[in-house]
Amino acid sequence: MKIVMAIIKPFKLDEVRDALTSIGVSGLTVTEVKGYGRQKGHTEIYRGAEYAVSFLPKMKVEVAVAANQVDKVISAITGAAKTGQIGDGKIFVYTIDSAVRIRTGETDAAAL
Amino acid sequence: MTLKRPSRAGLLALAFGALLAIFLSVGVYSTSYAQTPAPGAAPAAPAAAPPPAAPAPTPSCANDPDPKKAVLTKCSPNSGDTAWMLTSVALVLMMTVPGLGLFYGGLTRKKNVGDTVMTSFAITCLITILFAICTYSMAFTPGSPYVGGLSRFFLQGVMSDIASGAGNPNPLASTIPEMVYMCFQMTFAIITPALIAGAFAERMKFSAMLWFIGIWAIVVYAPVAHWVWGPDGMLSSGNSDAYIKVLDFAGGTVVHINSGVAGLMCAICLGKRKETGPPHNMVLTFIGASLLWVGWFGFNAGSAVTSGLQAGMAMTVTQIATAVAAFTWMLVEWAHRGKATVVGICSGAVAGLVAITPASGFVGPIGSMAIGVAAGVVCYWGVTGLKHMHGIDDALDCFGVHAVGGITGAILTGVFAINEYGGTSGLIEGNAGQVINQIEGVIIVIVYDAIVSLIILKIIDAIIGLRVSDEAEREGLDLALHGEAVQ
Repeated sequence: MKIVMAIIKPFKLDEVRDALTSIGVSGLTVTEVKGYGRQKGHTEIYRGAEYAVSFLPKMKVEVAVAANQVDKVISAITGAAKTGQIGDGKIFVYTIDSAVRIRTGETDAAAL
Repeated sequence: MTLKRPSRAGLLALAFGALLAIFLSVGVYSTSYAQTPAPGAAPAAPAAAPPPAAPAPTPSCANDPDPKKAVLTKCSPNSGDTAWMLTSVALVLMMTVPGLGLFYGGLTRKKNVGDTVMTSFAITCLITILFAICTYSMAFTPGSPYVGGLSRFFLQGVMSDIASGAGNPNPLASTIPEMVYMCFQMTFAIITPALIAGAFAERMKFSAMLWFIGIWAIVVYAPVAHWVWGPDGMLSSGNSDAYIKVLDFAGGTVVHINSGVAGLMCAICLGKRKETGPPHNMVLTFIGASLLWVGWFGFNAGSAVTSGLQAGMAMTVTQIATAVAAFTWMLVEWAHRGKATVVGICSGAVAGLVAITPASGFVGPIGSMAIGVAAGVVCYWGVTGLKHMHGIDDALDCFGVHAVGGITGAILTGVFAINEYGGTSGLIEGNAGQVINQIEGVIIVIVYDAIVSLIILKIIDAIIGLRVSDEAEREGLDLALHGEAVQ
């Protein structure tokens, strides 16, 4: 089992969710985050005092899927979240040891 | 829940407060219901000695030429003037709570906003008490050219004509009851120290702040107010024996220069903040600035102490100068930085309000436009170029806006004063002497304020310390000092 974690531009959230739903992903977790990569921040100025704001708001989307679904998920997210401008984000995949559905106690593949 | 061991400063304050409460109750019971018509010169002894013979009762309050005479008796307050002044009290109080609290609150970081509004609110309460006890008397009763007398300690005698159906006036405001005038001046005494908070924001101990403000109100605000506005004040334009006559209609010197310079001293003694951050909510600052603007009509037009032509002109020039200053600041910032900002236009409006304050009863619309432009430009420099030059961490630009704006306004009052409006000619009517008087008055107040504020600060620093610890500053004053947080 894997978790696919994508950092995307916030306004792309709805498109990404629709794309994932259409390939059969049944749930996801979304977090508001800040970060930067090659897309640098900006400078705010208040009454002559400058503040460098390097962190930009992003959305983190995490889905837990079976290992054989990972490629489908990656291409769905990429297709929906891409704008072609810098700051589109990144996707990371990592392995998880187990999963549990709290309501029923089902584990692993049945929990996803 | 365990209670913290009380601190030395806290116990001292509690003991002082208990003594004060006892003193107060003795004073209240024995003096506030004095039945005899009150001459202002009666001593404050609780066993009330028979007062000296009152001056012959006059049928109306108006037109008493000598403000140093004992307080008038048997006058009927003008209901139009009184109604307007009652309103002005509310407007000026609103300027501090919540106007200034929000204006400053939006400019600080979120972790300090609670402390900022707490400071405004607590100062309002503290100054109300001190004003009623002693600083009204010290500022607005005859005494010496440097400070007033004891005749209105604990506000004794302020209602003594109530039995005859008339409120007792202060000769400085002869058509309204004295308690209304007292309340009006109280709101000024409240906002002046509340402005200082802009300089020491985000790093001053709450206890040290209360001590500083309380002592400052007694030894700096009351004397300076007496000099400029007291019946026998050494700078008062209504005092025929004044050392020099300084024109300060609503408090450019008494309120703004006074608080700005004290703020600078606080910022120097406290030192720079460990780190700074952008304003956390410019919308709060906008709401605060708007409440300040509206409330300022009570501040300036109310300083006419009557509801007539002078109040109307004061309101007009206030509105014009503020709008011009805000727009000017906006344009300067736009040209300088490429963008017009909310914080900037609000700051420009406040700068205009500050600068027009001393001039509001003396200048006309054209003068007010000039003052607005000057305030917008000079105060913008005050918070950018000048601030970089002196490098002092005046956190919310108390000195840069209030002192610089107050000085600008005070000097320009001497330039644009028109005899027909306020009784004195300025430079534009050929009188260069008033500008000199204005400059001299400003320097006197700045020097006194700076020296005495520094002394008070150093003493408090030596006893309880002025600044919070590094951890408290990093954690945020809301949690560290007040145990509260905005979620």
